[in-house]
Amino acid sequence: MPRYLLTRAWHSALTLVLATIVVFLGIRALPGDPALSLAGEDRSPEALAAIRAEYGLDQPMIVQFGRYVERALHGDFGTSIRTGLPVSDMIRTALPVTIELSALAILIATVLGVGAGVVAAVRRGRPAEWVANGLALIGLSVPHFWLGLLAILYLSVATGLFPASGFVPFTEDPIGNLHHIILPAVILGTGLAAIIMRQTRSAMLDSLSADYVRTAKAKGLSPRAVIGRHALRNSLIVVVTIVGLQLGGLISGAVVTESIFGLPGFGKMTIDAVFQRDYPVIQAVILLTATAYIVINFLVDLLYSVIDPRIRVAGEAA
Amino acid sequence: MILEVADLTVSFVTESGDVSAVDGVNLDLDAGEIVGVVGESGCGKSVTAMSLAGLLPRSARVSGSVRLRGTELIGAREPELRRVRGKEIAYIFQEPMTSLNPVLTVGRQIGEVLQEHERLSRKQVRQRAVELLSLVGIPSPANRVDNYPHQLSGGMRQRVMIAMAVACNPTVLVADEPTTALDVTAQAGILDVLRNLRDRLGTSVLIITHDLGVIADIADRVVVMYAGRVVEQAPVVELFAHPHHHYTDGLLKASPTPGRHAGTDRLQEIPGLVPVLTRQPDACTFADRCPAADQKCRGSAPPLTASSGSQAHLAACWHPTRQEAKR
Ligand SMILES: Nc1ncnc2c1ncn2[C@@H]1O[C@H](COP(=O)(O)OP(=O)(O)OP(=O)(O)O)[C@@H](O)[C@H]1O
Ligand SMILES: [Mg+2]
Repeated sequence: MPRYLLTRAWHSALTLVLATIVVFLGIRALPGDPALSLAGEDRSPEALAAIRAEYGLDQPMIVQFGRYVERALHGDFGTSIRTGLPVSDMIRTALPVTIELSALAILIATVLGVGAGVVAAVRRGRPAEWVANGLALIGLSVPHFWLGLLAILYLSVATGLFPASGFVPFTEDPIGNLHHIILPAVILGTGLAAIIMRQTRSAMLDSLSADYVRTAKAKGLSPRAVIGRHALRNSLIVVVTIVGLQLGGLISGAVVTESIFGLPGFGKMTIDAVFQRDYPVIQAVILLTATAYIVINFLVDLLYSVIDPRIRVAGEAA
Repeated sequence: MILEVADLTVSFVTESGDVSAVDGVNLDLDAGEIVGVVGESGCGKSVTAMSLAGLLPRSARVSGSVRLRGTELIGAREPELRRVRGKEIAYIFQEPMTSLNPVLTVGRQIGEVLQEHERLSRKQVRQRAVELLSLVGIPSPANRVDNYPHQLSGGMRQRVMIAMAVACNPTVLVADEPTTALDVTAQAGILDVLRNLRDRLGTSVLIITHDLGVIADIADRVVVMYAGRVVEQAPVVELFAHPHHHYTDGLLKASPTPGRHAGTDRLQEIPGLVPVLTRQPDACTFADRCPAADQKCRGSAPPLTASSGSQAHLAACWHPTRQEAKR
């Protein structure tokens, strides 16, 4: 086990280094001069030069990169060009909102998706399966922003059941916090729920016809044990993979959802930064997203080995 | 009689029409008896076995009667069948590689049956699992109990399957080709385990195989199936010595039995294939491959009847082989 983990950790670290370089270079390849957008009205060469000097934009790339890495390691991502606040402070306030939103969305999507997928597989060819399939189709084909707008229209504006926008930190008012975030989380989770449902369904159909499920039935086990302990457990590998793969999509979905519901999260911060060419913020955002992605992939690998003993052993042997 | 199967008929509803898998099978199993079921691939052995405890998929249409100590199981409710499965009728399946769950330890999989049917504490379950592993001849069972199936060899997995099947001392053990996937040594070991069980616990065993060597080795009585029907049934020695049905005769000639083939070095094959039937015709289904078939065989199905010699020897043939004439 430690060996398997070490290999995976090493790969993750390598990916992270590469990601940092790509992010740094990529952002500088974007068209448009940040000094120009910072300068505002006064676009005289002297003013631009002063701005470049202030933000270190006049230094050679390699120097900029070196400084960037050194600071990032100390948690210092520079100062936002737009707000003048330290980027790390901005992230510290925005990130918890997005993490809460995404975690809740994943939780909702997994519970709904796995539940509906199991039902659809077990009740194959009966009305329950058609309902689950139909819902999944809707969840997949209807875009988030439209669902979000509908939800605001009917559940917030018309009935006042949920607030249409705004946010309260969990630490200040837990109930108010959930009240604000549950609707966006459900909206954000629908697409993922639909994907999870479909994958769970097909994985369950496979494992339900497997020989070991027949063995489990022949032992006289209850349907619950046969389905849950035997069939579902073998299908979970697929579900974990899907959730892992879909997290990238979830992050971009979070950007849209936060904008619609006016949540002061990472996504909103990103959009603002992109429109303003706020380099330090964009860099930090992408780097953090990449890091999150790599860490999550590592966790998914870890989870595999927990679910499937064969992976543990294969890793040891390698 | 422990188990009485009467007129068991099974067909499957499939996209390409109905498939008749088993047609009017009669079969009895006495306490402590080992009965072998033989026949070519696709003749309905597994379907017959699965229908005993209601394990067939939903697409199966089952009729007839399966009585376990007088209690009817065909059409019984699911909770009742669940009490029978694993406790009264236990199964050993053909594929030791895929019939065990890859993500649960063997101890857990054996423990499940015990927990389901017997009131035991966690500790007792584990202890019993270790005992069972040693009973079926797995070395250092206390360590093996925490292994996952992929850590065991094919023969050992099949032993685990047996341990699982006999955990609750079932009345009837149905072994569907328990040795097919194994090498000869492992095969002999498995058969020993089954024989011991019968001897010590009086378990009745229904063993399905297309290996006549296995039958000769272990069975007391043999049931020969062809295309969903029982075509012959006799005590093992009697069947090997005097097969009445031409299909049985063909099977025996097609398999290497010491003594029988002295002088011939080639095995004979039965020409043709087992037919896949949508309806069971009123004819002998073996007629197309039979050397003795005539109009009568093609016009009406022969009933399974006792032969002149012995009440225990039944065959469904209009023109039984005459061994005396051959010798
Ligand atoms: N689920 C099913 N759906 C449709 N047909 C089936 C199904 N299960 C079995 N059959 C058919 O029933 C017939 C008997 O199958 P069965 O599995 O009992 O054969 P078998 O004698 O056990 O053969 P083998 O020696 O290969 O295991 C075959 O023609 C098979 O195609
Ligand atoms: Mg079979």
